[in-house]
Amino acid sequence: MDITRRRMLLLLPAAAVAWKYVEAGTPEASPNYKMSEHWWGMLIDIPKCIGCGSCVRACAAENDVPEGYYRTWIERYHVADWKIERPEVESPDGGKQGFPPNQSDGKNFFVPKLCNHCADSPCTQVCPVGATFVSPDGVVLVDKSYCLGCRYCVQACPYGCRFINPKTNTAEKCTLCYHRITKGLTTACCEVCPTGARQLADLKNPKDPIHEFLKTHMVQVLKPHMATGAKVFYNGMDGSVR
Amino acid sequence: MFKDTEHLIRLAAVMIIALAVFGVVRAAVVPKSFGQYGHYRADAIADIAARPIAHAGHEVCEGCHTDVVEVKKLGKHVVVPCEACHGAQANHADDPATIKPPKTDTAVVCSRCHEANSAKPKAFPQVVTAEHSGGLACDTCHQPHRPKIEEEKTTAKTTTEVKK
Repeated sequence: MDITRRRMLLLLPAAAVAWKYVEAGTPEASPNYKMSEHWWGMLIDIPKCIGCGSCVRACAAENDVPEGYYRTWIERYHVADWKIERPEVESPDGGKQGFPPNQSDGKNFFVPKLCNHCADSPCTQVCPVGATFVSPDGVVLVDKSYCLGCRYCVQACPYGCRFINPKTNTAEKCTLCYHRITKGLTTACCEVCPTGARQLADLKNPKDPIHEFLKTHMVQVLKPHMATGAKVFYNGMDGSVR
Repeated sequence: MFKDTEHLIRLAAVMIIALAVFGVVRAAVVPKSFGQYGHYRADAIADIAARPIAHAGHEVCEGCHTDVVEVKKLGKHVVVPCEACHGAQANHADDPATIKPPKTDTAVVCSRCHEANSAKPKAFPQVVTAEHSGGLACDTCHQPHRPKIEEEKTTAKTTTEVKK
């Protein structure tokens, strides 16, 4: 068949329709969970955090995190008077066993940290083999069977949220408890938080209380100048937090 | 017309074979789902989602332990989820008859939240356990699910609540 100008013009819309099906891909495996209907993030209310370490212990138990490594951890900040650019930060054992007593002068507070599940994540951009990616529902995940353990992503993450698992020698990080949130549960850290300082947020769900919270509170993300599209929102965060 | 067209045909044949081999190997090596959503293996999402859960969630606990729910409702610990103190209990929830959770050591568990620390919110109840109880397990006096002690007992006990 010769492709004349007329036939080409007829073929183009047909190809466009066909491409829609190619893009849509195969239907998702879990019938109750549709990736296209979610966009996950988290809300952390710093004034509520008591630094008990429940989230760190729960994360380790839920995800089999090796000893000495943390997918989530708690930092204790001590800011002496005006030295907002020189905070003293400590995180003994990731805050897993709580914190020893510290100086009562100045300003002291806890900051729970985890993967920010950036929409424009620097860690996924540097992966040379397509082993890490932002899922269609906004969770940054690692494909263990594809990861080479090259550590590019560990260096690229501005928040220090990745590590190399010493057993598997592959990159590991917070999955936002993907195996739980796809079943309608909350993350392990949010499940056990005794004060409600951590709350899982579905930014695509208009009924999620996060929207009302974001509307009525002054909220920040970590390192906004890096334009990572971080989706872990911090309420009541001090300017000294890095 | 070129003089030695045969050379060109051979070259073309070699290139076509090489391309075909590349195509076959690529089809065999690259997983089917690679590129479905982006430059990654889409099936990895399902692999990650298939991991078994370890924390049952307080709704599941409350389904059976209704007596504890009633007690918790009376006190401030109503907001504290079960597995914050009792640990991950999905195994127990799946098989409550044979898998029993270990006894919770209140001397350890309570102090994780209530040990005085200047970084904790001021309104949060805190004690220096060494002064407060002298190493006694907290459940000697307090009932962990409803920790407030009745009036007559508090006068008998010396509670030194440190508000830092």
